Amino acid sequence: MRKLLKLAIAVLLFLPLLAHAAAPDDRRRFDQDSGKYVQVSVADPYLELHIGPGRRYPVFHVIARGETIQILYRRTDWFRVRDEHDRVGWARCIDMQETLLATGEKLPLERLDHRDLDSYPWEAGGQTGNFGGGNVNAVYLSYALNPNLSAEIAGEHTIGHNSDSEMFLFGLAHAPRPDWRVSPFVDLGTGVIRVYPKTTIVAPPQKREVLGYYGVGVKWYLTQRFLFRADYRAYRILTNRDQNEDRNEWKAGFAFFF
Amino acid sequence: MWPFHRKSHRPPQTVEATDTDTSAPVVEPQVVRRKVKTPKIRNSNFEVGGDLGVLSVEDFGANGLANARVIYHITEDIFAEGVYGESRLGLTSYERLSGGSRLLTDAQRRLRYYTLDLGYDLFPGETYVGKRHTYNSALYVIAGVGATRFGSASHFTVTVGGGYRMLLTDWMAAHVDVRDHVFDNSLLGTTRTSNNLEGTLGITVFF
Repeated sequence: MRKLLKLAIAVLLFLPLLAHAAAPDDRRRFDQDSGKYVQVSVADPYLELHIGPGRRYPVFHVIARGETIQILYRRTDWFRVRDEHDRVGWARCIDMQETLLATGEKLPLERLDHRDLDSYPWEAGGQTGNFGGGNVNAVYLSYALNPNLSAEIAGEHTIGHNSDSEMFLFGLAHAPRPDWRVSPFVDLGTGVIRVYPKTTIVAPPQKREVLGYYGVGVKWYLTQRFLFRADYRAYRILTNRDQNEDRNEWKAGFAFFF
Repeated sequence: MWPFHRKSHRPPQTVEATDTDTSAPVVEPQVVRRKVKTPKIRNSNFEVGGDLGVLSVEDFGANGLANARVIYHITEDIFAEGVYGESRLGLTSYERLSGGSRLLTDAQRRLRYYTLDLGYDLFPGETYVGKRHTYNSALYVIAGVGATRFGSASHFTVTVGGGYRMLLTDWMAAHVDVRDHVFDNSLLGTTRTSNNLEGTLGITVFF
């Protein structure tokens, strides 16, 4: 452990030196990289370049209409662009909607007013709440099969007074009106639960059981790709004993599309 | 005098060299439109990195901490983060003063935690280092939930804190963080809510 720590310190101290070693010579990069990146020409009267990918970072340069820029990469809703004089900055995607490709078509951007399923079919999020009396932390990954139906896998870790448990779940969720800003849904699924009882004297065996669940929830779209989600679910754990166990769960958290 | 034709009364016919039907073109042009392929624009929303620092656990002293983290930038202000950290517990004052009786074995003193946080960039800006260097930076706050495991038990943890990120290059950032892990600890007889502070320094790389 100590050797690993020393190695990690050495690596972490060395990495900032790479910053200077890898600093590129920015002269004439625009010509050298002309085949590598998407090139567009500015069709609006001007395009503002910010020093960072955020509306609060100041504008340091303005590109005039007709000039060509290269799009290096994208972070959230901002493009890192380079202009004809090798100046590099950040431009907002909304401001780039009117820029034109070499073919004369507009730069293809996803719809920026609400969720674009073609560009962002995946959803991931984390929630916390209460499962059968214990605190639960959950993460999930969901794929939109169509605007109403999505398939979801989830992992949940419950910390209770008498036992901990881990669950892996797979289910389907159906939202009747996904176009509403606050959109309700129902879900149904199955999974496995592994329970770790907390006792100090006797160590009972850990058990793994199959379960099924059904529930309702609501998704509140805060921005185009960021949402708040709350769920209420009923679980039925199929045990080997005479009686199955029922648990209720409520949880809430945040999620994003990508 | 009908069998003898003396002179033709028809005017001489002129024959045009290009006497063809002009409605059908002679040459059919074969036009094959070349599909212009636009290269894809790369997305760079993920950050991966690690930190080193100190974690102080109430009653158990302060020990070194190593973290690994993954960050996903959702919007320009909001990001999601997952952290996994490892540390060790020291001796409690009870164990020191009582002359040898141990509450936990050495194996049980290994501390591991994970948290899932949501972060908000409060104050983005620029940092000036010396006369010639400027770096993009941001002061951010985070809040999240997770679990901390030590002494053979997991404890539900709420984490709040903040940090300062400085972008050294396009693809690398350095950050300093201070976090408070709040969980209920019942190892010393009574159950009480403990506040456990950590301070770390780290590097992340953008993908």
